[in-house]
Amino acid sequence: MISSLLKRTSFLNQLNRSSSFNRNYFKHSALVRSDALSRHVETEDNNEHTPFDFTQENLVKVEKILGKYPKQYRQSALLPLLDLAQRQNGGWISLRAMDKVAHICGVAPMTAYEVASFYTMFNRTKIGENFVQVCTTTPCMLRGSGEIMKTCKSHLGIQVGETTTDNKFTLAEVECLGACVNAPMMCINDDFYEDLTPATTITLLDQIKNNKQTKIGPQTHRKAAEGPQGKTTLLEPPVGPTCRDDL
Amino acid sequence: MMNLGNRVKSAVKLVSTGLNKNSQPTFSTQVQQAQENVRSYGGLKDKDRIFTNLYGEHDVFLKGAMARGDWYKTKNIIDKGKDWILKEMMASGLRGRGGAGFPSGLKWSFMPKSSKGRPQYLVINADEGEPGTCKDREIMRHDPHKLIEGCLIAGFAMRACAAYIYIRGEFHYEAKVLEQAIDEAYKAGLIGENACGTGYKFDVYVHRGAGAYICGEETALIESIEGKQGKPRLKPPFPAMAGLYGCPTTVTNVETVAVAPTILRRGGAWFAGFGRPKNSGTKLYCISGHVNNPCTVEEEMSIPLRELIDKHCGGVIGGWDNLKGIIPGGSSVPVLPKEICDDVLMDFDDLRRHRSGLGTAAVIVMNKETDMIAAIARLSKFYKHESCGQCTPCREGTGWLWDITERLVTGDAKLDEIDMLEEISRQIEGHTICALGDAAAWPVQGLIRHFRPEVEDRIKQFQLNKKQSPF
Repeated sequence: MISSLLKRTSFLNQLNRSSSFNRNYFKHSALVRSDALSRHVETEDNNEHTPFDFTQENLVKVEKILGKYPKQYRQSALLPLLDLAQRQNGGWISLRAMDKVAHICGVAPMTAYEVASFYTMFNRTKIGENFVQVCTTTPCMLRGSGEIMKTCKSHLGIQVGETTTDNKFTLAEVECLGACVNAPMMCINDDFYEDLTPATTITLLDQIKNNKQTKIGPQTHRKAAEGPQGKTTLLEPPVGPTCRDDL
Repeated sequence: MMNLGNRVKSAVKLVSTGLNKNSQPTFSTQVQQAQENVRSYGGLKDKDRIFTNLYGEHDVFLKGAMARGDWYKTKNIIDKGKDWILKEMMASGLRGRGGAGFPSGLKWSFMPKSSKGRPQYLVINADEGEPGTCKDREIMRHDPHKLIEGCLIAGFAMRACAAYIYIRGEFHYEAKVLEQAIDEAYKAGLIGENACGTGYKFDVYVHRGAGAYICGEETALIESIEGKQGKPRLKPPFPAMAGLYGCPTTVTNVETVAVAPTILRRGGAWFAGFGRPKNSGTKLYCISGHVNNPCTVEEEMSIPLRELIDKHCGGVIGGWDNLKGIIPGGSSVPVLPKEICDDVLMDFDDLRRHRSGLGTAAVIVMNKETDMIAAIARLSKFYKHESCGQCTPCREGTGWLWDITERLVTGDAKLDEIDMLEEISRQIEGHTICALGDAAAWPVQGLIRHFRPEVEDRIKQFQLNKKQSPF
């Protein structure tokens, strides 16, 4: 009796063991691949007791922003106000800042959280002084954004989503920033740096690290979206208005 | 001969089928005649270009803009009345420049004639996020007054009381320039109370987005202005009936609105004189990727793709024979292989004929060094990232597309999975509220349609190296 029971358990054990070797190649849909967590993580510098209030200077801006929209639709100001709060708070938005904005707009705090977590430009966790965003979408990828990304990683010594120990840089990989003709490009804080090479990337990062003036825009001789070999159109200076007779 | 493109070929075909073998002399004369009748496109002159400060070489602001002809006789245009403006816009044959190519004059006429006390809005879509596209950026930072004047005229034609320009959040500098230009226009009395002295009150506001590609969809954009998550609304009701704040709204692309004043000043017939019928006008093309001279350039519609690249972009890197494929209209449209690129025309109808599209006319050129599968896989990742998550086929499907294409890059897949991929893309396409689902599906379909042998080779190679199937 006992021996038969033992046999059975050992058989079950064997079953279990063999099933643990079965690899499941099918993936589930609930994958955590988002750039940022959608939930709030309580940290020392971002919790419900972290104070936040707009400065006097920014309160004037708040009124100006609210003036753009019809009075009964204050919620429209949510995006610009979240952006303003983020700027005041050093590039990221804290829990209390979102509450404050929600209060100004007259909506529930949850609405502000929802909006802030939907849009990628709102950082709900603390970031470094300079937010380096490297575009890696196909047009930039074709022109070598992989190299730029690698250069940033090795030069700053961090991976995507991390902040340097001196709190100077946070690195992010972003989707198309709309400067594809001047690819590869990256955006540091608000400024676009275009036509990059690994060498110019390093120069730029060093300049920013040492608080030096940088050249915004293309890092080559290009001025804007004209080709690097020179422009092929608009060779004549612009003329005044051409107008039909019956106007 | 190259310029003549498909039309000559079809003409030759028609002529040759209608002739018997003996009449060789007549055949050649007829071909000659056909060639003379067929117009070639491209080669726009500087005097016919609308965006004369495309590269920002001249004064961007009011003084410079007026010297280049902006705000000239705007009052006279408005005095001509709404119907005249709509008639001219329809006569110009302008089709929306945001991607879908809907006739603009018609779209503007959809706004209700009597507002019943409700305000009406014009919303400008400056949320330029389509990979490859960077044309609206040039307009906003180098020719902002064209856009503001266009807002006034378009807004007047559709009885709008205000225009909201929804500019993508990343365009911080462009938004600043635009805001400065708007302030100038207010001070000069060009907009605001009594705009241009016509007695018509019109306001223009800038609303900055915050980094969501989906907000380029018109109803998502409206939601975003209302301060909500940018999730597209189900249509109907269409925005022309219930849009921003539930009021009649029209959402149009920056370029569409910015070209309107020039069209009205020079006449719809002038604009309609460019390009093939139903594809008329001039267009900003942004050519990126593997070309020697990537640039944004204004050219005539229906210009042959090859001429566009050879003339303005210094050719493909490594020569035309080194070309692998081209995405002709921003990331959302299917890729075209070299055989088609040889003689395709850059307009809505000809690209549609080849099962691609003009989209935003953002040409992404890829030469033979490109790993086409990786390029499309990266686009799938983009759509996976940008899906708003409202509709299941798109939310789940874009993830699957990315997952499978990413494995196809290394070849770590089964041959059946190519068909499975195609089927998934068909299940997404047309089963979502907005067009993002379609946009995610089309690049993958293009890959399978034109580069299937390459994908199969990659899988076979992988299995050969591994000596066994991974499954």
